[in-house]
Amino acid sequence: MRGAVRLGLVVLAVLIALAALLLGALPAAAQREPVLVPAVSQSRIEVRQGFTGARLLLYGAVIGPGGAARAGDYDIVVVLKGPTEPVRIREKARIAGIWMNAGSSDFRSAPAFFAVASSRPVREIVDERTAAIYELGTDFIQLSPSGLIDPEEQARFAHGLVELRRRQGLYQENPRGVTIREKVLYQARIDLPSNVTTGRYTAETFAIARGRVLASATARIEVVKTGFEGQVVAAAQRWSFFYGLGAIALSLGMGWLAGRLFARV
Amino acid sequence: MDVYLPIANLSVNGLYIVLLGGLTGILSGLFGVGGGFLTTPLLIFYGIPPTVAAASAATQVTGASVSGVIAHSRRKGVDYRMGTVMVAGGVVGALIGAALFRALQAIGQIDVVINILYVLMLGAIGSLMMREALSAIRPGMAGSAAPVRKRRHHPLVASLPYRWRFYASGLYISPLAPAILGMLVGILTMLMGVGGGFLLVPAMLYILGMAGNVVVGTSLYQILFVTMVTTMTHALTTKAVDLVLAALLLLGSVLGAQFGTQIALKARPEYLRLALAALVLLIALRMLYGLGVQPDEIYTVAPL
Repeated sequence: MRGAVRLGLVVLAVLIALAALLLGALPAAAQREPVLVPAVSQSRIEVRQGFTGARLLLYGAVIGPGGAARAGDYDIVVVLKGPTEPVRIREKARIAGIWMNAGSSDFRSAPAFFAVASSRPVREIVDERTAAIYELGTDFIQLSPSGLIDPEEQARFAHGLVELRRRQGLYQENPRGVTIREKVLYQARIDLPSNVTTGRYTAETFAIARGRVLASATARIEVVKTGFEGQVVAAAQRWSFFYGLGAIALSLGMGWLAGRLFARV
Repeated sequence: MDVYLPIANLSVNGLYIVLLGGLTGILSGLFGVGGGFLTTPLLIFYGIPPTVAAASAATQVTGASVSGVIAHSRRKGVDYRMGTVMVAGGVVGALIGAALFRALQAIGQIDVVINILYVLMLGAIGSLMMREALSAIRPGMAGSAAPVRKRRHHPLVASLPYRWRFYASGLYISPLAPAILGMLVGILTMLMGVGGGFLLVPAMLYILGMAGNVVVGTSLYQILFVTMVTTMTHALTTKAVDLVLAALLLLGSVLGAQFGTQIALKARPEYLRLALAALVLLIALRMLYGLGVQPDEIYTVAPL
């Protein structure tokens, strides 16, 4: 009997809590927001001999308010961004019948890699303003243009950069790249091509419902060159003189060896 | 066979690179040209960044020429004295070229200047060689009547002071002529990432009037040293020499160069010259077409 009473009390407490939730009486906003628990398949990607690119899995769970397993309907958008660098974009034009560089524009923070994966096309999930704030798409990358050029021209150059890198596989948009299971578990797949730049990458995951970002989480991924490849890069940068000597020695050695071998045959 | 190139920052099919190296190696042994004028554009076409392509091609040309120099010196086909004078000029030229390269890069016009240089020079040399080769093969065609005795060297060369004897070349001319020639080629080596053999060989034949049997070997000798200097300049300034890429190219080219040398000993020189002229003209036309046609990529990105 006492057990049944206790159960009854618990049910009552839950009902009260739910009622309070519906009325908006609970003060702590955090408890109403779902919580994102992200994970990455690899936090370190090693670029070494035979590297032909990598498939990165970003997965995790969305836990609803008060620890409820189901957070309701929501969308997931994952943005993976590589290290940014200042770049100069040049535009070719036909001058006297020859295609040559005519105009140029500088951007202070062009990411070396940028990929967006979402459970639905981003413009069905959020409005343009929100997409711009959270950089949810290759059209919304904050490139920080510098110099005095009119906005229209700047947009043209930015578009040129995005299109170029998209063709190189460095900027990607995958509107079906995230799968959500049982409204709890999500999984995003992002393919890194073999020409990725090394450095620190950040993966931002957003849980979005009704056009509003409910929760976000950030994970870091390190892309490094290791082994022989890493040593080659380090040598070329740090000991350039000896690297140059090495290159010359290699070419002389191989040429001489081939000459010797051929003479014997 | 996927191979990752650490400096070029991408993975390529190693077999293609070796084959490309082999093709340029055959050309190198056959004609005494480094083959850089073929390697660099093809590597760029394959997706390798232009600076890495040019720098690594220079390294490859070194290897291709060392086996060529060995093969030619074995049959006394190198005029070391002439070659050394040209190398001295070539090193000066490489340094001038490096300064020009930086200046053109800063204003963003290096690519178009390189392409125009290619078209002008390959076009001029190709047609000159084509006419010579045709008139040698079929007397009476291409204007000139019976095979006339060739002029020993250009009158301008004869007017230069301080004459030296170059026994192997059969010449008594001023060392300034080969030095200036070497310097001009050195500038091109740095600018265009080519050995410059396609320019040197005809210039040595038709301007200096060197004996035909030492032309190819001496040209390779000059290319060998100037590309070594170029490799070092790239390693120190652009840091774009990719050892893995260079090694793959070398593997193909050193073997190809040996084949080329064997063929060169058997084939008739007029026909070889005709073939080289046709190849040079073909590349010139392709590049001329490239200048006038809208490129695939209107935009290019350069780090600041």
